[in-house]
Amino acid sequence: MQPRSFFARSVIYALLAAGSFLFLFPLIWLLCTALKPVEQTMAMPPTFVPRTYVAVLGGKQTEVTRDYQVAEPSVLVSPTEGVSQGRPLLVPRTLYDAGQGTVKQVTYEGGEKKATLVRVRLLKMVEPGAWHVTERSQTKVRSRELRSDVLAESEITSSVKPRWENFRIALATMGGKSVEEAEGSVTALETGVGEDSAVSFWKFLSNTLVVCLLGVIGAVFSNAIIAYGFARIEWRGRNVLFALTLATMMVPFPILMVPLYSVFKELGWIGTLKPLWVPAFFGSAFNIFLMRQFFLTLPRELSDAARIDGCSEWGIFWRIILPLSKPVLAVVALFHFLSAWNDFTGPLLYLTRKHTFTLALALQNYQSQHGGTQWHHLMAASAVVTLPIVVLFFFTQKTFIRGIATTGIKG
Amino acid sequence: MRANEKRDLKSGLGFAALWIVGLSVFTLYPVLASLFYSFSDFSVLEPPVWIGTGNYERLMHDVVFWKSLKNTLIYTALSLPLGMIVSISLALLLNTGVRGMALFRTFFYLPSLVPLVASSMLWLWIFNGNHGILNVALRPIVAVFGAEPPTWLSDPNWSKPALALMSAWGVGNSMVIYLAGLQDVPQELYESAELDGAGFWRRVWHVTLPMISPVIYFNLIMGIIGSLQVFTQVFVMTGGADGAPARSTLFYALYLFSTAFYDLRMGYASAMAWLLFLLIVGLTLLATKLSKSRVHYR
Repeated sequence: MQPRSFFARSVIYALLAAGSFLFLFPLIWLLCTALKPVEQTMAMPPTFVPRTYVAVLGGKQTEVTRDYQVAEPSVLVSPTEGVSQGRPLLVPRTLYDAGQGTVKQVTYEGGEKKATLVRVRLLKMVEPGAWHVTERSQTKVRSRELRSDVLAESEITSSVKPRWENFRIALATMGGKSVEEAEGSVTALETGVGEDSAVSFWKFLSNTLVVCLLGVIGAVFSNAIIAYGFARIEWRGRNVLFALTLATMMVPFPILMVPLYSVFKELGWIGTLKPLWVPAFFGSAFNIFLMRQFFLTLPRELSDAARIDGCSEWGIFWRIILPLSKPVLAVVALFHFLSAWNDFTGPLLYLTRKHTFTLALALQNYQSQHGGTQWHHLMAASAVVTLPIVVLFFFTQKTFIRGIATTGIKG
Repeated sequence: MRANEKRDLKSGLGFAALWIVGLSVFTLYPVLASLFYSFSDFSVLEPPVWIGTGNYERLMHDVVFWKSLKNTLIYTALSLPLGMIVSISLALLLNTGVRGMALFRTFFYLPSLVPLVASSMLWLWIFNGNHGILNVALRPIVAVFGAEPPTWLSDPNWSKPALALMSAWGVGNSMVIYLAGLQDVPQELYESAELDGAGFWRRVWHVTLPMISPVIYFNLIMGIIGSLQVFTQVFVMTGGADGAPARSTLFYALYLFSTAFYDLRMGYASAMAWLLFLLIVGLTLLATKLSKSRVHYR
């Protein structure tokens, strides 16, 4: 349906643009968050671009965090008596008495409000819009040791700086290191987390690749062999077995879940990667169906001619049919890789120890332990798990779209 | 049996051998075992003990079971229509033949590629009650009415709509299937409809939708099967299988999972799995019956 009028086309473009924004925004937000320092992930109003702020603190150029913005005219003072002696204090200007050099401090004692006057030294007058800033440091974790100040916006220089180290830290914490250790502010000895309880991110990646690649090899070859038997050889019992095969596609996974667990337990596979890739070597109903439909479209004469030349059945399959079937093999390989990469239920059921985890399970495990505050690290880890799939998609886009359109599925 | 029939049987069985093993070990045996377990008391640690229909009878009185069924049906009722409207609308937009269609298709498809665990993390962050970007955007709007935006996944009333919203973001697959269906619709039909004076909406309603009705039917069935079994995103986003907050996201598959693998009541869980199967078959038949007069095959 081609729109003719300029107006109709404009409406379509507007809708497409709005839709694109809604669909892409979460992904953009994922990347923005992954590249920010932690305090900027929760900044109000939210910022998009990760920045670094530099200001002069104690006479030195220092990287700072902007903690909050001052709302009313205030003073920055340093008490010369009392408990907070020597520590800079930000007080509303109404509570400051310039003549006396005191601020009114309200304390609660036994539920009763008590106002006391505290002698102070004036450090500076602060106008609304100024920022409370704190030195950003990885080595000094205790906030009392960190220098802070209140500075006007013009005194802080800001520049765009994505924090790529978030990725390094996220991947290290995903393996079980503490954030402090990953940031390099403490060593493994200090945290008390032994080296052996931490698993490297690369271990998760290699587990995932083992499951994906062995699974792809298994799925491509087993289903091709089986489908050939259904499509190009006529034998007694074939149609009954094929009907049974189609019927099993109706069975939902929850029915198989419990007995499969017992089967794998009997085989001694629980806690290993085997339940996740070995079954791929024994075919799957849907892929058999898909490949059979493809093999049926290849002309019968091909096989007949080869048979007359004395070619064995296996020879026909291997040398004639398989090379002609690359499109369908590619679809099966791609979708198996994708579903194995994304699979969460399988690893959750069968993997028990951390060093066997796949990326999907390791990511969930990471979230359940560090979730809640470390959004920048969580987003960085999520981006890492997503990226290979997106790259794969851009290289195989045609196969992808054709595969979904003809099969109606994605793993 | 003639000599070449025998030869064909031998080579046929040879090619199918892997599948005969695979089908028996990984599908047929589990199906039969599951049926047996569903009539037994079974904890994996000890062999199953036959108890007849005990599990099914207990399920009928299990309030948590009914709660999980209700939750699942509500979620399906929210996410299925939403997903269909979004994916059909996007496919219709992409099918207008405007320039840059391949690019827009990629944009809409990209989210469905994100691994479910990763997209769960992302939406957990977006739905965050305090700092989530959704509420940051909503706060000034609802403030006009003197209200606060919901805390989504922490609010029992909003957790299911939040999950449905997230699922609409990943409709890329069904969109591509609809698009393939739309591209098969003969152009002449639109032209003759236009000659008869049909406007855009009438053409969509009387030409497009009937012509792609088999695709809609296919996606509807797939959608029913998928959303009745929703598990991963809920497990990740609500931190386990207890359906937090206040059991509002305790879906069928989560209750089944925790019954089987946390409580080790494998027989009871198997009975649940068979009831789920019956539910899927029932809803599929219902959808088939209701859509029979509306699905047009060419």
